[in-house]
Amino acid sequence: MSRTTLRLAALCTVAAGAGLVALAQAFCGDYYLSILDFVGIAAVLAVSLNVTNGFTGLFSLGHPAFMAIGGYVTALLVLPPGRKEMFLPDLPAWLASAEWSFAPALAAGGLAAVLAACLVGLPVLRLKGHYLAVATMGFLIIVQVLIVNLDWLTRGPLGLNGLAPLTDLWWVYAVLVVTLYVAYALKFSSLGRAMLAVREDELAARCLGIPAARARILALAVGAFFAGVSGGLWAHLITAITPGSFSLLMAFTIVAMVVIGGSGSVTGSLLAAVGISLFTEALKPVEESLELYGLAEIVMALGLIVCLVLRPRGLFGSEEPRLLARLFENSAP
Amino acid sequence: MSGGYLTDLLVGGLTLGSMYALVAIGFSMIYGIIRLINFAHGDIVMIGAFVTLGLVQALDLPLPLVALATLAAGGGMGLIIERAAFRPMRGAPQVTGFIASLAVSIMLQNLGVLILTAQPRNFVCPDWLSAPARLLGANIRVIDLAIVASALGLASGLMLVIKKTRLGMAMRATAENLDTARLMGIDVNRTIMAAFVMGSALAGVAGFMWGGKFGQIDPLLGYVPGLKSFVAAVIGGVGSVPGAILGGYLLGMSEVLFVGLLPPVYAPYRDAFVFGTLILILLVLPNGLFGTSTEERA
Repeated sequence: MSRTTLRLAALCTVAAGAGLVALAQAFCGDYYLSILDFVGIAAVLAVSLNVTNGFTGLFSLGHPAFMAIGGYVTALLVLPPGRKEMFLPDLPAWLASAEWSFAPALAAGGLAAVLAACLVGLPVLRLKGHYLAVATMGFLIIVQVLIVNLDWLTRGPLGLNGLAPLTDLWWVYAVLVVTLYVAYALKFSSLGRAMLAVREDELAARCLGIPAARARILALAVGAFFAGVSGGLWAHLITAITPGSFSLLMAFTIVAMVVIGGSGSVTGSLLAAVGISLFTEALKPVEESLELYGLAEIVMALGLIVCLVLRPRGLFGSEEPRLLARLFENSAP
Repeated sequence: MSGGYLTDLLVGGLTLGSMYALVAIGFSMIYGIIRLINFAHGDIVMIGAFVTLGLVQALDLPLPLVALATLAAGGGMGLIIERAAFRPMRGAPQVTGFIASLAVSIMLQNLGVLILTAQPRNFVCPDWLSAPARLLGANIRVIDLAIVASALGLASGLMLVIKKTRLGMAMRATAENLDTARLMGIDVNRTIMAAFVMGSALAGVAGFMWGGKFGQIDPLLGYVPGLKSFVAAVIGGVGSVPGAILGGYLLGMSEVLFVGLLPPVYAPYRDAFVFGTLILILLVLPNGLFGTSTEERA
């Protein structure tokens, strides 16, 4: 198949996906629509964490922190001034009077997360392996503590509720398509190759002239951007944002998706995210009827351990399907 | 500020530090031998607390027996975790073990919620333990003194085992170099198991202390103290047992002083303070106070 046909096929796939979204919007009930939204957001999270953890081998547990930052920024920018006056009387005037539309607010949320990633990344990325994991977890806890205590900005542990339900399947689908495009294009670009080289052997990569420090911080920033955007989507899907949602459990869930799908494989983490989140959603009614709360987490943790023992490289390893590789190779953005 | 208040703070720091130290020892021993940060270690504190509560409430056993049973329960749990989760992954990259331990931790927490419900329970303690103790006009209880004394006793016992016995020598050799230790005829698997059992037993006892000190326990109780004890181990230099003990006391003391001496507005930031310290230590002193190796850390 030639490149042009491949590109056409890819466009057709995206269009067909959009058609499915239209069908779902027209015929699915709210409950199923919200499940689809959650699945899509989970996919964005897993694919973006894969850029950080998978491509570059930076084992970060800070993804929910970036999500929280993006979510709060988006919510604060979108919230009408009247409600802000009620919730947060002490906001500075420029923020209190801001009333942005959803798209720029989402982008601002993503950029705020990028800013946080650069600030925390400059010192923390010097660490390696599980020391980096522990430091990013410390960062997650610090962000949680700040959100709980900066009452004037975040309304503390109460969080912000009654947000407008702006997120629909179209938004989720659009963000997912962009995330996938960026992840695939990145992986087959020279920068993506550099990231993979840093993961495999940083010393050798540096000897080849790869600027490892830059690759690491870019990988963290790209992951953080999409985490921030999905934080905004998430907040306006459940129409509330509280500090408790962005927990270590969430970090663990996203990491499990990446590891089971295969660290470094975009396709793998996409499929794992869809599979695992559909599975947890399906298990929810069971949990409720049997009153066995936490069952889904236990099953997921067990599944992860089994996967680490039997197939430590995950479903896909670092591979992508051949067609996708041909589509993106040498077409770096 | 009265002298009594300061003594209060110091005793509070020592008790908190004792518990951190006991948990941090396990982190350090396990890391020293197989380079694994065992996240599930904190949840053994929770298990220890619930086993104690169960024994005291249901069987009304005398206290020394309860303490022994808690040691055994913690150690047993460590044994099971090592066998089931970590031994099958021996030789895998470090991060694999770390992810697995995170999974074990999530599993234990959720099993706890599932079986025991997330509702906090009151921890019953014999009356004489919660009786006030007179010391320099400070407002402390017998249990604070008991915690510090037994923590110091257990920690020095463990140091003796590591220094003087054949098993301890095997552990030190394995920590030095696992492959060489194996070539010298040391049963490496048994040694690793022993490290897990001893470290987890101490964590179990820390759970007993935690319940007695704070009076309420719930299935997620091990999460934050576990992480903070890890910070303590990092301060002392992960891999070094004396370092872990010192790190535990340093962290407990500075946490209590942070809350007690600064204006109350800063008190809610105590967790941020602890984890900020962690990041700082990892950056400026990655080997901690007593750590020796300079391998992959920073």
